[in-house]
Amino acid sequence: MTALPPKSDVKLGLVIDLDTCVGCHACVISCKGWNTENYGAPLSDQDAYGENPSGTFLNRVHSYEVQPEQGTAQTIHFPKSCLHCEDAPCVTVCPTGASYKRAEDGIVLVNEDACIGCGLCAWACPYGARELDKAAGVMKKCTLCVDRIYNENLPEEDREPACVRTCPSGARHFGDLGDANSDVSKLVQERGGIDLMPELGTKPVNKYLPPRPKDTGNEIDILAPLLAPIATETSGFLGWLDRTLERI
Amino acid sequence: MHPAPSVILFSVLSGLGFGMLAWLGIGKPPVTGMSAFIFFFVAYALSVGGLLSATFHLGNPKNSLKAFSQWQTSWLSREGCCAIAALTVMGIYAAGAIFLETHWALLGAIGSILSIGTVFTTSMIYAQLKTVPRWNHWTTPLLFVALSTFGGALMTGQVTVAMYGFVAVGLIQLVAWLTSDNRFTKRGSTLETATGLGNIGKVRMFEPPHTGTNYLLKEMVYVIGRKHAVKLRVIAMLLMVVIPVLMIAMGAGHDIKAVIAVLSHLVGVFASRWLFFAEAEHVVGLYYGKRG
Repeated sequence: MTALPPKSDVKLGLVIDLDTCVGCHACVISCKGWNTENYGAPLSDQDAYGENPSGTFLNRVHSYEVQPEQGTAQTIHFPKSCLHCEDAPCVTVCPTGASYKRAEDGIVLVNEDACIGCGLCAWACPYGARELDKAAGVMKKCTLCVDRIYNENLPEEDREPACVRTCPSGARHFGDLGDANSDVSKLVQERGGIDLMPELGTKPVNKYLPPRPKDTGNEIDILAPLLAPIATETSGFLGWLDRTLERI
Repeated sequence: MHPAPSVILFSVLSGLGFGMLAWLGIGKPPVTGMSAFIFFFVAYALSVGGLLSATFHLGNPKNSLKAFSQWQTSWLSREGCCAIAALTVMGIYAAGAIFLETHWALLGAIGSILSIGTVFTTSMIYAQLKTVPRWNHWTTPLLFVALSTFGGALMTGQVTVAMYGFVAVGLIQLVAWLTSDNRFTKRGSTLETATGLGNIGKVRMFEPPHTGTNYLLKEMVYVIGRKHAVKLRVIAMLLMVVIPVLMIAMGAGHDIKAVIAVLSHLVGVFASRWLFFAEAEHVVGLYYGKRG
């Protein structure tokens, strides 16, 4: 059923650190790699080596420039995938029951065997987290790597989403945001994690950690005195050498 | 939003078809026999033809039957259920009118309500979306239902009702346009709320996530339509409302004036519906720096 399940205590999700993300797009590639070979229809590309390539991705990295009122602008890389919202509008609009939220862990999934490819769930999502695959004609979205996180055939360290596993800067964290004592919940608490577009009432599970405050560029370094300009007038042996060479 | 021709065709034609069925169901006009056959044939051609064209919009139509299952939560599913119920009930009523020359009044009234209900459920598919502020308003269902009701009145020869109805349609359309223009801004979603970076300062897109296009941009970040929006609004209003009202006022009956009224109205509704999609801005465009 596409009715939302009763509130679950377990809320699996991601915490993304905008301070440490370097915008390398490794998460985008590992996501596409894992999800094109595993759960559901592959993530197709159209005209991949031609003039106008496009394709289906479940995770994309935007880059933004933020200009504070004073000081220099900051570049912030911004990975975006499904936020596994508590009040997921994409679930209730689905006419076939293909789009659903799991009661046991809150993951939002698409049952591709029931999807008619009407695209209404993608319209209902504010975040652009769902893409209709052009080749398969069914809706694709982040599964939170449901086929990795519970997969006992994988070594334990690999039982987390592919994007988290691959991130070289440790900007992505996976865990239970319903448990106030989990590492991810503590991280959100410490760093003041935020929701995207809270005004739309979707209650995203995934949180974003805002960049830490940057220095303003006006502060004087403690080593500054050692960097004072050397005397412009030379004296002694080097002074004599300088003057002599100048005359030649 | 991308103005998909199949969806525009569907919503305009089936709206008109269900509007006709709504009037035929309450015995206006009280046709029987061959003339009933012609009226019902046109109404079914429009409504069923529209529904079929909508299936061309689907990526994976083989699972369509499942779309009747989620009526408790989904307006799209409710639309499917309502449409099938309306077409079935009105089919039985039409058989009575055509072959037995009788009007089963109660059945017809139920069919009428279901027909208008179908148009209402269609409109709610759009009106429910908080992500498209321009649609997320009571004027959306009102306009869809009014267009269907009074378009149906014109098609079934209820010209006086149609004339006053079109004036109402014109006013509703005007209110819908005027109140929707700044609704996106008023709802308050910005690139700052979308990224949560507003505390630091003003955000602008530095680099998109990919060099090419994607499904989201094609489907929800359609920006071509707005260039000529004002001109198209005037054209839509003239064709949809002004010309048909003038034709009826000049005494349109079974003549060329009636044909002009119908064709003009139809083309006008197409223009209005095209604008309904082309002008609608989805909040996801914020992430691509395409809004505001």
